[in-house]
Amino acid sequence: MSDQHHSHGLPFWRKYIFSVDHKVIGIQYGISGLLFLLFGFCLMMLMRWQLAYPGQPLPVLGNLFSEKFMVGGIMLPEFYNQLGAMHGTIMVFLGVVPLAVGGFGNYFVPLQIGAPDMAFPKLNMMSFWVFFLGGVSMVASFFVPGGAAQSGWTSYPPLSDIATTGQTVWLIGMVFLITSSLLGSVNFIVTIVQLRADGLSFFRLPFFVWAQFVTSFLLLLAFPPLEAAGVLQLMDRVAGTSFFLPSGLVVAGKALTVSGGGNPLLWQHLFWFLAHPEVYVLILPAMGIVAEIVACNTRKPIYGYKSMVYSIVFLGFMSFIVWAHHMFLTGMGSKMSAFFQITTMIISIPSVIILTALALSLWGGSIRFTTPMLFATAFLPMFGIGGLTGLPLGLTASDIPLHDTYYVIGHFHYVVAPGTIFALFAGIYHWYPKVTGRKMSEILGKIHFFFSLIFINGVFMPMFIMGLAGVSRRLYDPMQYAHAQPTQPLNVFISICAWSLGLAQIPFILNFFGSLIWGKKVDRNPWESTTLEWAAPSPPPHGNFDTVPQVYRGPYEYSVPGQKHDFWPQDMAKEN
Amino acid sequence: MSDNLIRYISKPHPVTGVTNAKLGIWCFLASEVMLFGGLFSAYVLLRTGAPLWPRGSEILNVPLATLNTIILITSSVTMVMAWASLAMKEFSKYKRYMGMTILLALAFLVVKAFEYGHKFEHHHFPSTNTFYAIYFTLTGLHGLHIVGGVVVNTYFLFPGSRMWEHDPEQFMGRIECAGLYWHFVDLVWIFLFPVLYLL
Repeated sequence: MSDQHHSHGLPFWRKYIFSVDHKVIGIQYGISGLLFLLFGFCLMMLMRWQLAYPGQPLPVLGNLFSEKFMVGGIMLPEFYNQLGAMHGTIMVFLGVVPLAVGGFGNYFVPLQIGAPDMAFPKLNMMSFWVFFLGGVSMVASFFVPGGAAQSGWTSYPPLSDIATTGQTVWLIGMVFLITSSLLGSVNFIVTIVQLRADGLSFFRLPFFVWAQFVTSFLLLLAFPPLEAAGVLQLMDRVAGTSFFLPSGLVVAGKALTVSGGGNPLLWQHLFWFLAHPEVYVLILPAMGIVAEIVACNTRKPIYGYKSMVYSIVFLGFMSFIVWAHHMFLTGMGSKMSAFFQITTMIISIPSVIILTALALSLWGGSIRFTTPMLFATAFLPMFGIGGLTGLPLGLTASDIPLHDTYYVIGHFHYVVAPGTIFALFAGIYHWYPKVTGRKMSEILGKIHFFFSLIFINGVFMPMFIMGLAGVSRRLYDPMQYAHAQPTQPLNVFISICAWSLGLAQIPFILNFFGSLIWGKKVDRNPWESTTLEWAAPSPPPHGNFDTVPQVYRGPYEYSVPGQKHDFWPQDMAKEN
Repeated sequence: MSDNLIRYISKPHPVTGVTNAKLGIWCFLASEVMLFGGLFSAYVLLRTGAPLWPRGSEILNVPLATLNTIILITSSVTMVMAWASLAMKEFSKYKRYMGMTILLALAFLVVKAFEYGHKFEHHHFPSTNTFYAIYFTLTGLHGLHIVGGVVVNTYFLFPGSRMWEHDPEQFMGRIECAGLYWHFVDLVWIFLFPVLYLL
């Protein structure tokens, strides 16, 4: 207990770098996550040049790359593959998860449950620095001989088994990231179970905390099988085993000298056993953030809070038994396919319940269209499009022609990009006053929102058309096949939209840093919200609250009849 | 500065009945179950898919593995005794039992090293065939877990044991958690032994 309250008088590096305070760690995660999102997006903007103008030299920037990556400004196919694999890996494991879980989760879960910190502050610090090591290895892998991993973010063997050194670095990086998630998820579960304030029963938890709680279980239980798979692939690459290499494999005209007897499908099963729950790791915290913002800005309780909680728990459970719907094309047999089709159709039900409840929450509310609310409302139809376009992929008959086409890319990006990332932006605008004590600019925020909304749809909507035309998702040269050539104008359109989307982030970056200095100063509760984090000072000091919080009611007591104010904070004993 | 401190570090939560650390270690063990579960599933899939699979008892050293099983089970007993000694406030006994636990773990690793060395002498490597691949991977990962346990237990035997003087309750909690982990590592071996050596 003695080392809990030593924030004053700590040297700089203990207070801001190797800090054990959940808020500092949350900010570290958040900033790293945002930087990695930008980096991953830059990789994609490079790829978009090759897709829009195949074989043409990239002006200006092209000369900055070494011969290993681009010759005369023309991207090499190997480099294109590296960009693709690393875009996926960075966006998922280094961008969205650290920002949504590590950043928002770390900062706001202890605040929303009235705790002074996470249950294991030192473990929390360790989990960030292990994540950081993982991130460094991933970025450094571009500079090993042969460049970064190039087997897609899914790293399917046998190709990944015989790929260049970058793949080994990728695997080591993944082991770091998995370890970090594991430490983090243990911390979240214990914190939420043990450290809730007095009176804060499970059904009085804000929906965001529920989302983080279920997410933690997914991270805890789904990541280890990927770690197992990673260990096996590492053995294949380093110790010469054949876990994923079948007998009689011929590479570049020569028989591979391995013992054989392995099974490439084994990797796919282990990988998707993680990677499907991972999809929910990406989306659940986003739903949590949107629920908070919708309740606060509609000034009414969330519609069907309890059914949302039951749905999210059911969703978490079901996400463990749908993984093989990524593998309908592997010939695993129609009985397996039938099972996974059914579970996949079942899992869409709780998602629809949550989305419907959020949409119904808007009904009859006196909505405040602040920037966070704009992003949160946009999340609903965007995630809706992503979810509905997923249904044809969950059924074998329609999945077979659509598998591995741009349709799939469009589908999951609608879930993650205008879905999750919009929700994350909403969260940043919503909670920025709590973290910094200042509001972000509404004008810049609205410019950011409207341009992002237009361009992001310009990027992903045409992908459905390309996918239906049968264009494969991993083509280096989009002109290679005759059936893809008519869709080439769409590629140019998508690329222009993607670069414009990049430009549309400039107001956000200006706003993010500028508001630190010029933002309007605010007190504890600028949005007139009810949950516990707004009872703490802005920014909250070490230890978070002035007094030990006591909770008297549920999280969304807005516009309660007979009250003077339209919000009734959870920790307020008397009438408001 | 508030008096809002992290609760339930040494006293159990009145509703859940456990301390933070104990809930944490159980979560951690759940993820370990998934890790080894994934590897065991890989074993099952590889074996059912293989046209030929050697019998472990014919190519692995069953007597040595039996000895190792006895060593590990004994070390689990001494681990419990270490914790029980703390419960009876007998610190010197705790040190003796904890020391024995560490020595037994090291003995396990020595025996394992002999087994590995013997295999290497006969040019049996992970790359020889899928059986040796999964054998070395599973036992190697288990061995790493043993090493981890040795490091943690050594910490609690020497520098970490100073906590006994100022917070015996939390120290006992820590030993209990270390014990839970140790029993888990033991349990993994109880599965590994028949699966690899006997079946």
